[in-house]
Amino acid sequence: MKKSVLLGTLAVAGLAAGAVSAQTLDEVRARGALNCGVTTGLVGFAAPDANGEWEGFDVGVCRAVAAAVLGDSTAVNFVPTTGQTRFTALASGEIDMLARNTTWTFSRDVDLRFEFTGINYYDGQGFMVPRELGVSSAMELDGATVCIQTGTTTELNLADFFASNNMSYEPVPIETNAEAQQQYLAGACDVYTTDASGLAATRATFEDPSAHVVLPEIISKEPLGPLVRHGDNEWGDIVRWTLNALIAAEELGVTSANVAELAAGTENPEINRLLGSEGDLGGMLGLSSDWAANAISSVGNYGELFEGNIGENTPIGLARGLNAQWTDGGLLYSPPFR
Amino acid sequence: MTIQVVAFALILAAIWFLGRNIVHNLEELGKDFNFSFLNSRAGYDINQRLIEYSNDSTHGRAALVGILNTLLVAFLGCILATILGVIAGVLRLSKNWIVGRLMTVYVEGFRNIPLLLWIILIFAVMTESTPQPRDFRGEDAEASMILGESVAVTNRGIYVPNVVFTRSLGGNEMTEAADGVEAAVIPTAAAIDWLLVLVLLVGGVFASKAIGRWATRTQEATGVRPPATFWMQLGVILGPFVVVMLVLGATLDIPELRGFNFSGGIHMRNSLIALWFALSLYTGAFIAEIVRAGIMAVSKGQTEAAFALGLRPNRTMNLVILPQAMRVIIPPLISQYLNLTKNSSLAIAVGYMDVRSTLGGITINQTGRELEGMLLLGLFYLVTSLVISGVMNIYNNSVKLKER
Repeated sequence: MKKSVLLGTLAVAGLAAGAVSAQTLDEVRARGALNCGVTTGLVGFAAPDANGEWEGFDVGVCRAVAAAVLGDSTAVNFVPTTGQTRFTALASGEIDMLARNTTWTFSRDVDLRFEFTGINYYDGQGFMVPRELGVSSAMELDGATVCIQTGTTTELNLADFFASNNMSYEPVPIETNAEAQQQYLAGACDVYTTDASGLAATRATFEDPSAHVVLPEIISKEPLGPLVRHGDNEWGDIVRWTLNALIAAEELGVTSANVAELAAGTENPEINRLLGSEGDLGGMLGLSSDWAANAISSVGNYGELFEGNIGENTPIGLARGLNAQWTDGGLLYSPPFR
Repeated sequence: MTIQVVAFALILAAIWFLGRNIVHNLEELGKDFNFSFLNSRAGYDINQRLIEYSNDSTHGRAALVGILNTLLVAFLGCILATILGVIAGVLRLSKNWIVGRLMTVYVEGFRNIPLLLWIILIFAVMTESTPQPRDFRGEDAEASMILGESVAVTNRGIYVPNVVFTRSLGGNEMTEAADGVEAAVIPTAAAIDWLLVLVLLVGGVFASKAIGRWATRTQEATGVRPPATFWMQLGVILGPFVVVMLVLGATLDIPELRGFNFSGGIHMRNSLIALWFALSLYTGAFIAEIVRAGIMAVSKGQTEAAFALGLRPNRTMNLVILPQAMRVIIPPLISQYLNLTKNSSLAIAVGYMDVRSTLGGITINQTGRELEGMLLLGLFYLVTSLVISGVMNIYNNSVKLKER
């Protein structure tokens, strides 16, 4: 008995040692599926639908990467992570990439040893309060009880915001968005704070969304994006350029509807390079030449992904705002495919 | 012997392998191993603080706040669990059918359902069934304070009056004088005030015991117990206490609704209460079984002998059965205390900021020092458990069967 436990430990330790040094791309190929870390449930960004299928804006990024690497957007194992468990999951190799409304910060990039591969949503931290409280500005929140998800940048921004405005508050730390929602609706906290997109998504699931207001103050910059482990640059490139491909596709007018037609060859050389009918960008990434076409045909371009999950025609109803293409006055700007 | 040597060598090899693996993997990730993060600014706030702490304090300080919170809930939990366990264990043996069965239901219900569920259930019930602070507002408020308008039960916790001093030894601040309003003393309570009170109370208990011994000696020598011994004992405890309270100018700080929340008084957060009750009820069920086993281990002849001497049932239980049962009860009771302390790490489920949530949660998350944080956390629980079992072993030695 003792020996078998020992051997088991050795075997597990050996596997763990192997996991870190192997190349992520080879591993994903060998496994035949991408392990993608997402939230435990935030409607619009990542949540299982009625059939248990994960869907949402962040889920779309996972599916796009799976489609680019494996040619199959359903070959994804979604691993729900909380604010506290996400980084450990990624660092330990439990997941290959994390697409979980994670803010790109200096210390996460440099000290925590991760590689942010771009920004898929430009966000900022906001506050939501019940309308009947009659609060119209975050400056009126002195003494309030605030629900926050622990292990997030919002926790730190909140402390800074109240300290710099010389106000006091009572933090109620919470693990997941669902718990926060329950506490907030029960009135155990006056205010719920998280990224403004998360507030909109959460409010959309309330019985009476109009009874709650999101205060006008945005107290931080929260560039959210997918991230991978530091050190495997090839894998980082794949995730980075898959996201860029979705953004460039919108700019170039490539959609999930016309991608098959355009992939045959067009007048525009950049579209040809993107979709693989000219040059070999896919080969440079170690992928097939139709990698971007696969990604776009399975989840659509960035605009389709946005409109389908969190855009103005969905219950969440977020405007493009900063997340419009640079040509439309937004911040989305993909480097050229050349 | 050979097998032992081989096993020992294998275990050493395994430890060496794991250690090397950690070093190698950390190198691969480009991470070093150091504890300097404990001295850097924490940046996050903690709601329940037993010592001074703000978001400008260090991660080490945050860990200390968490440690104190863990110890607080473990201490409260051990006391309540013991009380519940002893009562339930004794009552389960009751000849009264209903009482006996009720206790069986309690024991089986609590020890057969996972603790986490109880914690969440109690927390959810407390949040959903109690009024929000804003329900207390207005002319005909939906909710009102109880016990002479002094205690507020809300879904954020229970606010109870606090004792504060107008002549605190730590010094009092004054309110600013305005037109027509004189400057007034703000009552506060410094640690030294409570230390003084505690010293006097402990001293009083010792003095009262000394009086008791003196009275017994006198009684044995003369056959007459000195009159009013009980009142003397009571006076020596309460007298100095009342005097010091008057000298320090003790008043009650009654919670009142101000802004979003109640302020003043002591705020016992729902997270603390839910965790405390769940831990106590759960561990209490196990202790009840230990107590029952201990009592049943005392031979029936002891009870019959006590009855034959004319002792009434409750005196038989207190003077004959329980002292003997203690020898059987204490050793497994120690491990229940250890279990309770370690189970308190489930606190994060209700957002109670224990050491698992501060050092093992937010700090690790913000600094990325999983290995160091988890090692420190493990060390803390190890030391705490060893201290608890050490103290309990001393007690066990004092009650165990002495063979001469």
